[in-house]
Amino acid sequence: MHKIWLIIQREYSTRVRNKRFLLVTFLMPLLMVGFLFGSAYLSSTGTEHRKIAVVDPNGFIKTSIKNTNQIEFVFPENIDTNNYSQKGFTDILILPQFDKNSKADYILRSKKSMGLMLQNSISEKINAAIEDQMLQEAGIHQNVLDSIHKASQFAELKAYEDKGGSVSKESNAGLAMGIGYASGFLIYLTLLIYGTMVMRGVMEEKTNRIAEVIISSVKPFELMSGKIIGIGAVGLTQFAMWIILITGLTSVGMGLLPADLQHQVSSLQQSNGQMAGTGMAQASESAMRIYNMQHTIATANWPLILSCFIFYFLGGYLFYSALFAAVGSVVNEDPQDAQSLMFPITMPIIFSYIITNMVTQNPNTPLAFWASMIPFSSPLVMMARVAYGVPSAVSYWELALSMSLLIGGFLFTTWLSGKIYRTGILMYGKKVNWKTMIKWAFTKQS
Amino acid sequence: MDPILSLQHLKKYYATQKAVDDISFDIQKGSIFGLLGPNGAGKTTLLRMITGIFYPDEGNIILDGKTFNPSEDIAKIGYMPEERGMYKKMKIGEQALYLAQLKGLSKAEATEKIKYWFRKLEMETWWNKKVEDLSKGMSQKLQFVITVLHEPKLIILDEPFSGLDPVNANLIKDEIFGLAKNGSTIIFSTHRMEQVEEICDHIVLVNLGKKILDGTVQEIKQQYKENIFSIETDQIDSITDNPIFTIIKKEGQKVFVKINEGNNSNQVLGHLINNNNRIIAYNEVLPSLNDIFIKLVETTHATTRAFQNL
Repeated sequence: MHKIWLIIQREYSTRVRNKRFLLVTFLMPLLMVGFLFGSAYLSSTGTEHRKIAVVDPNGFIKTSIKNTNQIEFVFPENIDTNNYSQKGFTDILILPQFDKNSKADYILRSKKSMGLMLQNSISEKINAAIEDQMLQEAGIHQNVLDSIHKASQFAELKAYEDKGGSVSKESNAGLAMGIGYASGFLIYLTLLIYGTMVMRGVMEEKTNRIAEVIISSVKPFELMSGKIIGIGAVGLTQFAMWIILITGLTSVGMGLLPADLQHQVSSLQQSNGQMAGTGMAQASESAMRIYNMQHTIATANWPLILSCFIFYFLGGYLFYSALFAAVGSVVNEDPQDAQSLMFPITMPIIFSYIITNMVTQNPNTPLAFWASMIPFSSPLVMMARVAYGVPSAVSYWELALSMSLLIGGFLFTTWLSGKIYRTGILMYGKKVNWKTMIKWAFTKQS
Repeated sequence: MDPILSLQHLKKYYATQKAVDDISFDIQKGSIFGLLGPNGAGKTTLLRMITGIFYPDEGNIILDGKTFNPSEDIAKIGYMPEERGMYKKMKIGEQALYLAQLKGLSKAEATEKIKYWFRKLEMETWWNKKVEDLSKGMSQKLQFVITVLHEPKLIILDEPFSGLDPVNANLIKDEIFGLAKNGSTIIFSTHRMEQVEEICDHIVLVNLGKKILDGTVQEIKQQYKENIFSIETDQIDSITDNPIFTIIKKEGQKVFVKINEGNNSNQVLGHLINNNNRIIAYNEVLPSLNDIFIKLVETTHATTRAFQNL
């Protein structure tokens, strides 16, 4: 046991002191948080103003189109595609002479290209104006219409999951999808990255022939498991650093927001999201957005998700890294061999990732169930399901079964790889395929 | 004296060949033992069984009076494999420390011993260097230090001098003698016969997985001597073939003769004196181990092994 500990320490400390590890560990959260805040900042301040000249031969939307502070519709005389920019307009919108009952195309020309969001928004506004116009022509008064519009904006879908009795909890499918997708993706990446790291480590020991020196002091199995555990600890360290750095940087980032924005967010928090008109006229759009983000994030069961994440990361890592170690032990100097032997291991990981993408949208299909039980795919797929809530989406027995199967699975792959490893690590110059590896695993080796 | 290591009918068969096929021998405590054999004879497999890397299919290994138990006895053995290996990116001091701790030394003990050996072999400035900065000979020296660091009772050196310049080879040779004098037993595997003659007390020759020779260097030379004598004289022309001996070759003032069946060396001398030949020197010529090695390996009809079906 003491010797395994030495091996773990070496594997861990040489990697953690590596410059590339430090770089990735510290840069990644900085990039993520910077990206988050940067895009939030840009979207709140960098809105462009569009002044659109409308050519409306029917005079159809002139009365009912609504301007916003981003888009302004103007109906000037004597305007055409040649002179609109000289007259100070950013775009020109040309409506056809159209019949009310048939669909018609309208044309928007701009000097500066327009984003998809803005285009959709314009298209929505025009349709709404046409709709209003038609309703008015059908005899509905403008003020009736206005009150209907106002009322319809108050309706918002809030989903709650029933927890039995009177307790219910706000649930958020979008967040569940996001968490499921993100944790699935993270496990996918780390399985590949840390798996190949284990394989490279084993190959290094084999090709520079230190394996024989070490194996004369420790058992091959100790060397293999020490390496796997050491590198796994590196992975956990990296995750822990990321979580600490991201939460830390986020709170620093929040502190850097303008003071009135912070004030608005905190009063939103106190009033539970309801804008009572006390003192403050109205919270700005960005304060609302920040509040909503915080509120949504708080609805998830983070302790459960984090502990499941750590379990499935470790389980999946142990399951696959043992196989990667086995491959590393049979490869000779030629890295090409490694490529082809790795293929059967990387394929299930990639497949699981594809399944995860489907499961994030639909956590309760038979495919989702089976894929979250089989240890080959459960580390990714179960995370996508767990994000939807336990026991609402995944019952306790399912979670327990999936976890036990994964534990059984990695014990099996470790045993299997241990047998392959002890033969492979001292075998030079022989080209090995999976068939021989399996033969080594199941014939008695002394 | 009890042997430190005793191999009894060891066998190890691979899928395609009998790597070690019923080999037995004893190694005396404090001796320098040579394990010889051509490439692929089964030496490495034999050594791997002695170091606990492989288990024998059959047979017993007795170390220091008890059946060999790899997990406990590993600390008593220091093994320097033929293919040397080090972590290229690791600092030399840390690497030595790590490998010594794997052998069961405490960190403090290991540090002290490494410092002692580094000082002794003039390697003190290497501590913070990386292995990739070392030349082949330098890393060989490092490997030797790592092998003997934990003061094993049994030291196994597979081709310890390959890649060393004469100065460093002598340095290591002296260390080997010193270790043997202090009671360590050394197993020395090589095919460089001149080193074996110089260093080893006892040798075993294996070929095709079988032991074909076992004994002290002197015994073996006696066993394989061909009754050849060299006669140094200033009248070489007057020595001619006769019933007692046959001339093999003449070289300068020396005549090499082979004594014919049924005669002995005194009869040769008597014949020469009767002939009034003036003799300056008269010596028996023993075969070199190299000659014996080549002769034995060639008579077993295989310098490289063919694969057998089992």
